[in-house]
Amino acid sequence: MSDAALPPPPESARSLAWRRAFFRFRQSGLSMLGAAIVLLVIFVAIFGPWLAPFPEHVAGGVDTANRFRPPSWAHPFGTNELGQDVFSLVLAGTRISVLAGLGVVVIAALVGVVVGAIAGFAGGWTDEILMRLTDLKLVIPGLILAMAVAAAMGPGIVNMVIAISLAWWPGFARLVRGEVLAKKEEAFVTAARAIGASPARILFRHILPNIVSPVMVKMSLDMGFAILTVASLGFIGIGVRPPTPEWGTMLSVARAYMPDFWWTAVFPGAAMFLAIFGFNLLGDGLRDVLDPRARR
Amino acid sequence: MLFFILRRLVLLLPVLFGLTVLMFVIARVLPGDPVALAAGPNATAAEIARLRAEFGLDQPLLMQYLAYAWGLLQGDFGYSIFTRRPVADDLIAFLPATLELVFAAMLLAVVLGIPGGLAAAVWANRWPDYASRVAALAAISMPRFFLGLLLQLLFAMWLMWLPLGGRFPIILDPPAFVTGFLTIDALIAGDREAFVTALRHLCLPAIAMCLSPLATIMRMMRASTIEVLQQDYVTTARAVGLSPRLIVFKYVTKNALSATLTVIGLYFGWLLGGTVLVETVFDWPGIGLYATRSIVSQDFMPVIGVALAIGLLFMVVNLIVDVLYGVINPKVRYT
Repeated sequence: MSDAALPPPPESARSLAWRRAFFRFRQSGLSMLGAAIVLLVIFVAIFGPWLAPFPEHVAGGVDTANRFRPPSWAHPFGTNELGQDVFSLVLAGTRISVLAGLGVVVIAALVGVVVGAIAGFAGGWTDEILMRLTDLKLVIPGLILAMAVAAAMGPGIVNMVIAISLAWWPGFARLVRGEVLAKKEEAFVTAARAIGASPARILFRHILPNIVSPVMVKMSLDMGFAILTVASLGFIGIGVRPPTPEWGTMLSVARAYMPDFWWTAVFPGAAMFLAIFGFNLLGDGLRDVLDPRARR
Repeated sequence: MLFFILRRLVLLLPVLFGLTVLMFVIARVLPGDPVALAAGPNATAAEIARLRAEFGLDQPLLMQYLAYAWGLLQGDFGYSIFTRRPVADDLIAFLPATLELVFAAMLLAVVLGIPGGLAAAVWANRWPDYASRVAALAAISMPRFFLGLLLQLLFAMWLMWLPLGGRFPIILDPPAFVTGFLTIDALIAGDREAFVTALRHLCLPAIAMCLSPLATIMRMMRASTIEVLQQDYVTTARAVGLSPRLIVFKYVTKNALSATLTVIGLYFGWLLGGTVLVETVFDWPGIGLYATRSIVSQDFMPVIGVALAIGLLFMVVNLIVDVLYGVINPKVRYT
């Protein structure tokens, strides 16, 4: 049997909606700027170690003969207290920050989707208990919770990502629960139930695919803040340990050499700001096109 | 009114329970050896064994929690190895500095953010609005500790206009203790010089801290003002011929404020969390600096104590905001 005789399938409503959203997204200069910054950051995160002019410094090598060289052609961002090329470290640090931020957002989204979907779909006591659990987020600021958890578990990047995710998932759970509650009442769910679909099938095949876009928006909106939180914990001194280059840790070391050797602090900080700003611009733009309520 | 406040207080109890359970879980149940952490890196095996018995870690978890909660009720927050004092004493000593900083930052954010948001709403979708949107996003994206370092670099190190850090010079006598807020204490003592000194120290940390809540308050105020501006009674007022200035300042501002107030309450808690970073940058002797110094020296109990204290403050502030919300917006009062 061949499909050749059939007319091309009509474009589904969903893909049309995506195309429309993409069109609106392109209309906004700020969103495009955000997308460009994010693409640059991701590019550097992937290829940073090969782009770095001094890969041996990234690996922890030092060059004490060239300590605290100001920015020049050889060292665009100068060199630090160990004679390492700050530009190379900043490039290499992108990967850690982006990976850690991504780890936080993905873990938080996974946990949040599972908890939120179960709470919204099951209702009753299950919902009540799970939602009281997410209320804990309202009790204490996330950074403080992450600090306490990281302090209890000891330093290290994996522990740090876990600690931040623990403070992060309730936001996703609330979002998903609300969406599931709303979708549960839609006609297509009733229809699925009428033809005898199992609850699991209804949840996974009919409801969850319909709440992907708000979850994606929240993930992109949160990405900037996740990177910020990772850097904050690094700055406090419970994140990534040197010699692994990480922006927050670099800044906390550079503080001690500040007035005279400002470049060791300013460039990692500026990279951090640029990455967070890019993700926030992108997230803001995505929210504007995908969430009709936010449009005005 | 009193009943409303009492009811809110009772509702706080489960939240308080949740907070203590959370802290208990972090302190006792998470992987990692809390005893070894509490005893410090230089403890001997005998010391650790003694502490383990002292903590009652051989008891069932429920009993452990009850003992822990009972200790908290009596003000027992554990013991700091770093300062060699009970954590509760340290918290009381360091808390006023943190609160002064948070209040100063909040004041700046409110005083600048509300008019800023009003202006952005009145000129909505024209260039001041776009500029404020980009500025707000940039402000939110700016790591507070990096901003703090930049401010230090510019105003303290290069221009030398303001002090680099700290709260009050050690060589000077601080004003007599009344509120614990040095600026206010100096005013009470009538010591103008001390007031100026305290204010100069407060400047940079407060600016570093206020930027992100300032941006959020501005955006919130803009959104709610635009909403109020579309209400029928504003159209009526305009039709009657009231001047735009009168409409905005007399009729719109108050209604737009009530939505913004909730954000201010939420941000207060967020500021309490963020104070850790700014205090570290500026060596501001509050509970945040206390927490980071403890973390770095692997002194575990103070971190838990600070987290608990901030959680408690967060709850109290949200209670106050709820009550204030009722005062501003009679519709939600006492229900």
